[in-house]
Amino acid sequence: MTEMTDVTEHDKTVEVHDYDVVVIGAGGAGLRAAIEARAQGKRTAIISKSLFGKAHTVMAEGGCAAAMGNANPNDNWRVHFGDTMRGGKFLNNWRMAELHAKEAPQRVWEMETYGALFDRTKDGKISQRNFGGHTYPRLAHVGDRTGLELIRTLQQKIVSLQQEDFKATGDYEANIRVFHETTITDLFKADGAIAGCFGYFRSTGTFVRFNAPAIVLATGGVGKSYSVTSNSWEYTGDGHALALRAGATLINMEFLQFHPTGMVWPPSVKGILVTESVRGDGGVLRNSDGKRFMFDYIADVFKDLYATTEEEADRWYTDADNNRRPPELLPRDEVARAINSEVKAGRGTPHGGVYLDVSTRLKPEEILKRLPSMHHQFKELADVDITKEPMEVGPTCHYVMGGVEVDPDTGMSRVPGLFAAGECSGGMHGSNRLGGNSLSDLLVFGRRCGAGASEYVDGLAGRRPAVVETDAAAAVDRALLPFTTAAEGGENPFVVHLELQKTMHELVGIIRKADEMEMALKKLEDIATRTRTVAVQGDRKFNPNWHLALDLRNMLLVSMCVAKAALERQESRGGHTRDDFPVMDADWRHVLLVLSALGEDNVEMVRKEQIPMRPDLLDIFEMDELKKYFTGEELGGHRADQGERA
Amino acid sequence: MSYWAHFRVWRGDSDKGELVDYPAEVNEGEVVLDIIHRLQQTEAQDLAVRWNCKAGKCGSCSMEINGRPRLACMTRMNTFAEDEVVTVTPLRTFPVIRDLVTDVSFNYTKAREIPSFAPPEGVEPGEYRMQQVDVERSQEFRKCIECYLCQNTCHVVRDHEENKEAFAGPRYLMRIAELDMHPLDSADRQQAAQEEHGLGYCNITKCCTEVCPEHIKITDNALIPLKERVVDRKYDPVVWLGNKLFRRGEAANKNR
Repeated sequence: MTEMTDVTEHDKTVEVHDYDVVVIGAGGAGLRAAIEARAQGKRTAIISKSLFGKAHTVMAEGGCAAAMGNANPNDNWRVHFGDTMRGGKFLNNWRMAELHAKEAPQRVWEMETYGALFDRTKDGKISQRNFGGHTYPRLAHVGDRTGLELIRTLQQKIVSLQQEDFKATGDYEANIRVFHETTITDLFKADGAIAGCFGYFRSTGTFVRFNAPAIVLATGGVGKSYSVTSNSWEYTGDGHALALRAGATLINMEFLQFHPTGMVWPPSVKGILVTESVRGDGGVLRNSDGKRFMFDYIADVFKDLYATTEEEADRWYTDADNNRRPPELLPRDEVARAINSEVKAGRGTPHGGVYLDVSTRLKPEEILKRLPSMHHQFKELADVDITKEPMEVGPTCHYVMGGVEVDPDTGMSRVPGLFAAGECSGGMHGSNRLGGNSLSDLLVFGRRCGAGASEYVDGLAGRRPAVVETDAAAAVDRALLPFTTAAEGGENPFVVHLELQKTMHELVGIIRKADEMEMALKKLEDIATRTRTVAVQGDRKFNPNWHLALDLRNMLLVSMCVAKAALERQESRGGHTRDDFPVMDADWRHVLLVLSALGEDNVEMVRKEQIPMRPDLLDIFEMDELKKYFTGEELGGHRADQGERA
Repeated sequence: MSYWAHFRVWRGDSDKGELVDYPAEVNEGEVVLDIIHRLQQTEAQDLAVRWNCKAGKCGSCSMEINGRPRLACMTRMNTFAEDEVVTVTPLRTFPVIRDLVTDVSFNYTKAREIPSFAPPEGVEPGEYRMQQVDVERSQEFRKCIECYLCQNTCHVVRDHEENKEAFAGPRYLMRIAELDMHPLDSADRQQAAQEEHGLGYCNITKCCTEVCPEHIKITDNALIPLKERVVDRKYDPVVWLGNKLFRRGEAANKNR
């Protein structure tokens, strides 16, 4: 079963399909994009790296942020916009943050028409919960399994569209088809525009090509480049790397979100997510001395917004209008750094985390009702009963703020016909994403990309770029390379992967230093050589080491982007903390680091200025707050400088 | 803390296969999936297995461990004695693709045969109003992670290929119950459950409930109530007459 196969024997047959829009990725963003493209009358293919319905979106626990005002009528899109910009330290693409805040409620309500069943308020509306960085209770949720509800609802909506097509044509897959367990390894362009893509079916190892003028990337994140991550095997930065190799650009890649609360024990589950809802519902963080340490870590920019005593913090849960929120609910970057500092100072738990305790805060039956899957997770995996004892938690690589640079309104990258939505797109979250803003992001921009792709296809008026056959042949050879190398005695891809993860974890982790990142970039060069020559055992049928060998080149390219941008940005902001430049610097706020590919495994970077924020959006904030983030000359357009314009 | 366990893993494809013995290192706190990953990284690099979240939330790593349908990511090694042979085989009810990976397309086919949520007419997005107590029944079923362990275990199809055509299986009969109990769904589903999706094949042995990793009471809370609704309808002469006279009577009947 494991004998080497001579590459000359390989079947190079390629199955070919024609579609209007191909969506790569079957998580929330991909499915919402596909629903929209199909609604616009486009024949749509959905490429799912795993089985349909297993995407990483299921891991989202807390909820979906949308200013519906069901729990607090003071909430509206302006407040949500403000929280999002504040959370991202004002580095966000403000147009994306604006669209997101305005459209999220519609997108959530739409999910109910697809059959979603959110938890309810007393008057029968969608219930909304508190979360870090959100001024009001804002997250639509279903216990602590909101992501599962979203993915299942979107999956079932696709099925319902297929049923409609079946009634009309006798074919379920007439207009929308899901290609299960299919991985895309290359995009094709012709005359500078998207022409199609190429990949393989996992179950058979045979090849497939899609001729399509529009492609939506919705491949999620890059966490698998790190040793401790909440991300699954699929999160190998495929969309990021495909975009780069097709000539698109990435921004904000230096900003990675380390979720403050991942499991730390037992070792085999290290990194698995512990939802922020635990804190939103009253859970507190304590160090080994039993101290609620977050009060010591309220940064200047947040001083007026968070409680300074335990008494005030505790009152907030019942009277949010007259008290400030507990500092456990600071944005994720702040909490992750605080935990990191406590552990470094020797006040950590036996397994190197801190205590997250909800058992002394809520009654057992309340915990079981609000946090059932956390209870289940700790009981089954760590023998810990969270209704009776505290959890041990620590930071875990969770989300990449960086991604494909896109037009905010349509989601199109700088490559005509190439779109990106959800985690693999960049800009929306700036330097740090607020919890709950991911599920809403993928609904809002998934839909916008589906619409953008459809409009683009209409604009072509039938003149579709044709895939160049030599490009198609090259894609086949690249995919088979790990088998060719096998004959020459290359390395085990698992070994190279572990080395890559270790490098990124240790040298480009939560706290960064110039010399360490320089060392990381050197190591990545070496890993690049080894990645080109990894060799695989066995044949092409559902062969995990072949899959990893191909994913590895994506992880490598993305890691280079992260390391290069992180070394360049000489300040600390959001998901980027420099030991050697510990302070946020307003001169860096308006600078974007834009990355593009140089061949298969190198990248180049240029600086680009952010577009200045529209004055009416600037006016949402008080001048005093803006001054903490912006340089003086950037604030000329604010109402305070114009005598409070009418 | 660590010890060497004796693993016996089924290797092969749809044509042929065999159980292969592997010695495997086990560390504190590990689950069966960890050991399978260690085998992949060492002596069985091409060992095929499905997995995603590794936290019991996605339902990908379903397999049979010492003959019991389980999620490999939620089966802790300390549930076995150190000298016990741990035998890992693919789900029996579905055709093998390779090693521990099976062709589960049966489930996707069945999913597509269940009519989808039918939104209430004239209720705009944002105007849906439901009470928590009313959504909770369906919410229990929406906890389903589609691991297909119930589908794999159900004796109606486990050793009876011939029943697959007529029987949707516990997961999809539960989906019908979920929609039937949805406070705002406007379709009638009870008759079809019996006549088109094989509810009658279920003889409530509760095997599905027993293997559910989400602890959903599939039989007690979904299948039995659905059976009762079907029976009520069939034998209630008033309902029967009402249905004959007014087609809309069906929707009114559904949420009793």
